[in-house]
Order: sequence, then structure tokens, then C-alpha cells
Amino acid sequence: MARRVGLGRALGRDGELPAIAEFDSVGLRYGTGAEVLRDLDFRLANGGFYFLTGPSGAGKTSLLKLLYLAQRPTRGRIRLFGEELSEAPRESLPPFRRRIGVVFQDFRLIRHLSAFDNIALPLRVGGATDEEVEGPVREMLAWVGLADRASARPPTLSGGEQQRVAIARAVINRPELLVADEPTGNVDAEMASRLLHLFTALNRLGTTVVVATHDVGLISATPGAQMIRLDNGGLADPTGMLRNPPSRRG
Amino acid sequence: MMLDWLFASPADRRLLGSGRFRGPTPWVIAIMSFSIMLIAATGLALASTAGSLSRSIEARYAVEVPNGQQDLDALVGILKSSPGVISVQPVPESDMRDTLQRWLGPAAQSADLPVPALINFDTRPGTDIAKIQQRVQAIAATAQISAHRDRVAPLLRSMRALQWLAFGLVLLLSGAATAAVVLAARGALDTHRFTIEVMHGIGATDLQVTHLFQRKIALDALVGSLSGAAAGALVILLLASGASFAGELTSGATLSPIDLFALFLLPFALTVLATWVARMAVLAALRETL
Repeated sequence: MARRVGLGRALGRDGELPAIAEFDSVGLRYGTGAEVLRDLDFRLANGGFYFLTGPSGAGKTSLLKLLYLAQRPTRGRIRLFGEELSEAPRESLPPFRRRIGVVFQDFRLIRHLSAFDNIALPLRVGGATDEEVEGPVREMLAWVGLADRASARPPTLSGGEQQRVAIARAVINRPELLVADEPTGNVDAEMASRLLHLFTALNRLGTTVVVATHDVGLISATPGAQMIRLDNGGLADPTGMLRNPPSRRG
Repeated sequence: MMLDWLFASPADRRLLGSGRFRGPTPWVIAIMSFSIMLIAATGLALASTAGSLSRSIEARYAVEVPNGQQDLDALVGILKSSPGVISVQPVPESDMRDTLQRWLGPAAQSADLPVPALINFDTRPGTDIAKIQQRVQAIAATAQISAHRDRVAPLLRSMRALQWLAFGLVLLLSGAATAAVVLAARGALDTHRFTIEVMHGIGATDLQVTHLFQRKIALDALVGSLSGAAAGALVILLLASGASFAGELTSGATLSPIDLFALFLLPFALTVLATWVARMAVLAALRETL
């Protein structure tokens, strides 16, 4: 059994929050190349707020891909929502993906769909009818300040607007786990602050948030959040994650 | 419901964007459907013609007597009184000479030209032809009885071969249409790869993604195959109204109600085939992703 470090060990005491994700000796390589992630051992507490940091090429995006089930580890085990999913049949993955919201670095909006339809997509995939979708999507559009841009298509939206649509799409399902890759990379400081408020609000509602970022200001502006630092594919400072002990937010 | 996928909501239809009927798929399927319709109709008509020809000559025989016109009446009499003979039709000497005139010209009307006697007769099933031949040869020793089916056998064999060739071509064209659908499905997957990745990422199942493509290709296939079949039916109608395939012998080639129903079903069968193939192709391609 691999030695468990970091949050797993830290939270293994009275009052420990249940884990939403557990990585056990996880490694990842693409094709026959070198490992881009190696020996990852950690757990994310349900309801926690985490920043994933590290230099470019450290493996942040690869780690996020493992978290939102876009990639399987080449070794080790990953448990999400209490289920071992490293080798789960692909047919069993969609229900787990529906419990995860993802904000991609490049937004990944469907160009020929309106902002409304892009945001509604997770609800429709979940089986909601047009009538059931209308209210929540309008509410979400208003929440991200795009109520008057509902019918606009992504190419006609600014970078910041596209990012807000991407975030609205990621959170409309009230996901249990929200994963965001450099969500403030394309927005100004004011918008970054608004997005952070959005994430902390979701976190207060119970969503576990994992944000990959280089933005030190973002991290320092989020009290209670924890930091996972990656360097060259491994956890650079496992104990560093304990700087801010996990706790449920009010 | 098994056919829920066919009735997608406007939102689901928007997912793959507009573009139905713009690609080559409906056109390729229309051409295939047109060709299949014509070839299948030809094959069915050949089968019908061969069947009716075969039935009409099954029990028909001919007595031929070289230079035997003087014995014609006696031969007709003995045939009519033979057991199992239903009808007797002597070929008049004038008809024989008219036929010969095509090759011999006016010389065919010369009294010096010996003209054989030819009598057709029909029998009941199980009639003893050898006994009839004995009775006929008692009047004209050189008389020979031959079965019409023996003379027409090579023609029937050719017709049967053409009929199978037509059905083989129908299968071949269906295979080609299927291959075109597979290529179209793969092309559509490539075009919409990004949308598929996003849908998978937010938890769409393979079936949800497949239904989008399946529906699009089913509609393209239905439009293409119905258009092609309609054009084919028009050509068949024009041909049928202007000519008969085999003339008097078979009272013209006809298509039975069952044949017509089979032709009516062809475009729908092609649509079902195309849809099923598209579904399999898309599911197979999606299984290669996570």
C-alpha cells in the first residue's frame, strides 16, 4: 500500500470530511512518452475549496482531466464520489460526469449554439425538457450578467462573456465537484474577483471547487482554501496543502 | 420508446447545426435508390415473365412432319382422339410459307417447295407422349414430337440468370449505399468531433450522441431513397406503358401486386439499412473514445 500523504493524512482525524476524490499512487503518461503525472497520493474533502498551482507543464491540466474523467490513469487508483473509477467501464462514466462541472481554459463552447443553448446543454443531457430548462437558464444568464445576450453565439461574445457562459454551463447543474482550468486567464481583475465570488458562493452551497491557476492574488483572496502544488508531475509540497486546514464553510 | 430518437426536440436538432440535405449523402442514396428500383423491377419482371412463359409451355408439344402437308388432316384427327390431349392447333401451310418467305423470298410460295406439317397440341399432366408418338408415326413414319419447353429452355435459363444477376446487383448497390452511409457517418463525426467531446464531457451517453447522428442520417436517407425510388417508378411506368418485354408469348411482362409491394418497400428498407449502419458506425467510433 502506497504511503498516503497530504490531505488524506491530514484529514484522517475526528471531524474529517468525507472524500469526494481520492488519488492513490496515480501516474499518467500519454502514449509511450514519459510520465506527466507520477505517484499522486491525496484526497479532496467533500465541500473543500482547492487551488491547484505549479509552473507551466507541471501537469495541472492533466490532473484536472483525471478529475473530470476525460482521462484514465495509466497506473494507480482514483476514487470519485466513493466509487473506484480508474478501470470502470466507459458506459458507467456519464452519470459521474453529470455530477462534475468543468470550466475549460479554452471555454469549449459550441460555436453554432446560442449562449442560452450552451448553458442549457447539461440540463438537456440530463433529460430536462425545453420548459424545464427555460427558468434555470434565464436565471443563470442573469447571474453571470448576460441576460441580454441569451441568443448571442460564442463568436460574437467577448472573451470575458464567453468565460461567463462557460462558467454558467459548468454550474447550472449544481455539480458536486467544480473543476476550473485557469478561469481568470482571460478576464480583467474585476471580472476575476466576481468569478471568485461565484466560486466561493457555490462552495458555500456544498460544491467542492478545484481551481487550477497561476494567479497568486486569487489564492490569497480566498481564505480557507487549500493549495495543491504540482511540480514536474508530482506533488511538490504535500504538507504545504495543510496550510489552510479544511473546514465546512458557513 | 424505440423511435423516440426520431422525434428530437428543436434544441437537439440545433446541436448538429443546420446542414441537412446539403451534403452528398441524400444524393448518393437517391442515385442508389433509383438504380435499385429499376434493377429490382427488371429482375421481378424477368422472374414473372419466365414463370408465365414456363407455365404456358409446360404441357405444350409440336408434331413436325417433313413434307407432310398431305397428312395434316389425318394427324390432327389422330391427335384429337389421343388420350390426354386437350387442344390441337395445326399451323396453316400459308403461315409456314409466310414464315419461310422471310429467308427464301418469293420462292417460298413455290408449289415445288416441300413444306413441313406443324401441329401444336396441349396435354394434361401425366399424358403418355410416347404412346401419342406411336399413333402419329403410324400415319407418318417421319413424324417427330418435341416439347416446347426443350426448345425454350436456353431462353428460360438466360432469363433466370438475368433475374439472379438483377438481384445480385440490388445487393451490390445496397452494399455501395451502405458504404456511402458509413463514410457520411464518419465524416459527420469528424465535423462534429468538438461537439461530441463537449457532450461527452458533460455526461452525454454514447446513445444520446448516436441518436443525433442517427436521426440526421435517417432523414437524409429517407429523402434520398424516396426521391430516387419515385424517379425510378416514373421510368418504370413510362417503359411499361410503351412496350412489353416479351410480346405475345407471355402477354407482356407484368409485375404482380406482391412485386409492386416489394418495390414500394424498397426505399423504406434502404432507409432502415442506412440508419442501422449509421448507428453501428457511430457507436463503433464513439467506443474508441473514453
